[in-house]
Amino acid sequence: MIERTPLLNIATHLILLCGLVLILTPIWLAFVAATHTLQAVNSAPVELWPGDQLWPNLREAWAQSDFGPKFVNTLIVAIGVVAGKVTLACITAFSLVFFRFRFRMLIFWMIFITLMLPLEVRIVPTYAVAANALSPFQTILDVTGISRLIQAVSGIEVSLEWNLLNSYAGLILPLVATATGTFLYRQFFLTIPDELVEAARMDGAGPLRFLWDVLIPLSKTNIAALATIMFVYAWNQYLWPLLVVTDRAAYGMVVVQLSDLVPDQMTTGGGTPTWHLAMAATLVVMLPPIAIVILMQRWFVRGLINTDK
Amino acid sequence: MRRAHFKFSWIAAALLAPQLLIVFVFFYWPSAQALYWAFTLEQPWGGGNTWVGFDNFRKVLSDPYYWSSVRVSVIYALATTVLAIGMALTLAIFVDRQLAGYRAYRVAVIWPYAVAAPAVGLAFQFVFNPGAGIFSYINAVAPGWWDLSQNPWQAIAAIVVAGAWKQVAYSFVFFLAALQSIPRSLTEAAAMDGARPLRRMIDLQLPLLTPTFFFLLVINITDSFTDSFGIVDTLTGGGPFRATDLLVYKIYADGFRGFDYSGAAAQSIILMLLVMALTFVQFRYIERRVHYT
Repeated sequence: MIERTPLLNIATHLILLCGLVLILTPIWLAFVAATHTLQAVNSAPVELWPGDQLWPNLREAWAQSDFGPKFVNTLIVAIGVVAGKVTLACITAFSLVFFRFRFRMLIFWMIFITLMLPLEVRIVPTYAVAANALSPFQTILDVTGISRLIQAVSGIEVSLEWNLLNSYAGLILPLVATATGTFLYRQFFLTIPDELVEAARMDGAGPLRFLWDVLIPLSKTNIAALATIMFVYAWNQYLWPLLVVTDRAAYGMVVVQLSDLVPDQMTTGGGTPTWHLAMAATLVVMLPPIAIVILMQRWFVRGLINTDK
Repeated sequence: MRRAHFKFSWIAAALLAPQLLIVFVFFYWPSAQALYWAFTLEQPWGGGNTWVGFDNFRKVLSDPYYWSSVRVSVIYALATTVLAIGMALTLAIFVDRQLAGYRAYRVAVIWPYAVAAPAVGLAFQFVFNPGAGIFSYINAVAPGWWDLSQNPWQAIAAIVVAGAWKQVAYSFVFFLAALQSIPRSLTEAAAMDGARPLRRMIDLQLPLLTPTFFFLLVINITDSFTDSFGIVDTLTGGGPFRATDLLVYKIYADGFRGFDYSGAAAQSIILMLLVMALTFVQFRYIERRVHYT
């Protein structure tokens, strides 16, 4: 708007700067703590300016938490969740929008309802399922008597077992099992004009060719938006990996590692709290998703708004 | 409804199957399992579960620790929501004026969204630490006044501030998007009628933000119930004296540390009902969301 509002402009900048100070201070203090020695961090007036110990602290924190393999694990899980979500959401939305069949709305609502209950709320029973992902089918077979029937006929005892604890599948699959994304695609597919479908059919394209050659190229922005959101979501998972992974050396994720770094009586044994290392590790862990959000800002904002998560 | 579509075939079924399978195994089955556990009790020497009706719920609801957990969760939900929405709204309205440095301000407010909850908890534990953080100044003057690990209200204040800090970015993105979707013609008309920027904020922008505001209110409250685990676990560990034992944290502690599956399941069911009720309210508002176009 073309107006001269010098006073209001100054006030605007002041308010925004105050907001920035509130937002940046905690992370600044954490960063400063990561650049000092153990003694400096624990001496009474808190340091406000960075010291020169950042690199040694980062190296020590990295070695102490054995971050190398854990970064690889976290990356595998994050990419797995992103790929799983992008693919599953796409094909599900595709068949819900472009086919007409009897229980379409029922299936739509069945998937839709999963948006209501986040993993944290149903954590205990989900954990039980992860101990044996085939237990639902086993129970169904037992209850319906089919397993007894099979045993009577063939002499084979039915016992289905697929333990997901301490595995990538166990980390990834439950995180994929919600409807986030399906609706992002659905909303977009609903805006595809009917003429495009008709034209494709007239040219002899089947549903799969239409999906691959028309829809997916058109959904590139959607895919980027969903992928950004999902990467951050998967990277920052805490409660689920904390439970599913007991073998931290092999399948640990970086964020979970933070729980071991809380400098309290348990970890320091009454000694001086190692804040400098804890803060250095915190910085390392939060850097990758922050980089993604800043680099992919446009898609990130779009994804956040359109997935309602 | 689409006019043109493909005929249903095995392809559609095959495309739907993976999602349905995964949702069944990791969503519907566990939810049903939670119901089953909530109404049964595991026998101490094995031999399956016995039906106990509403006993588990009665036990949970007569547990004073549960009610103190409910109380602190409500306090946490309301306080973080008010703080986060208030801050996000203020920042969004002023960032939307698009003065110099607009992009820098925007990035600076958005990035905390990417910080994992336990990292937030750990960073704030350092900030609020009585011995090493910024509060060491206060303790230098009044020794022992500030101590998270001793004073319950200080611990609650700490998780509220950390939780609100994490939520600001999300609300900010929505407010800013809503502000930017206000048609320019409206703003211009108001300006032509002599409304200065502050007047336009109060009489034009704020009323048009109401739907976004209600949407964010519900989302923030729901998130505070579900996303608080990481912050509590690294910042206070539920203490001192269970003062910050939020609902999700209590479910985790009872289920996985106390091995009381039935009690944890009953608590899960109550929390599920609560979250579903909130989500229902939210969808009502989303349906009525005002579109400016």
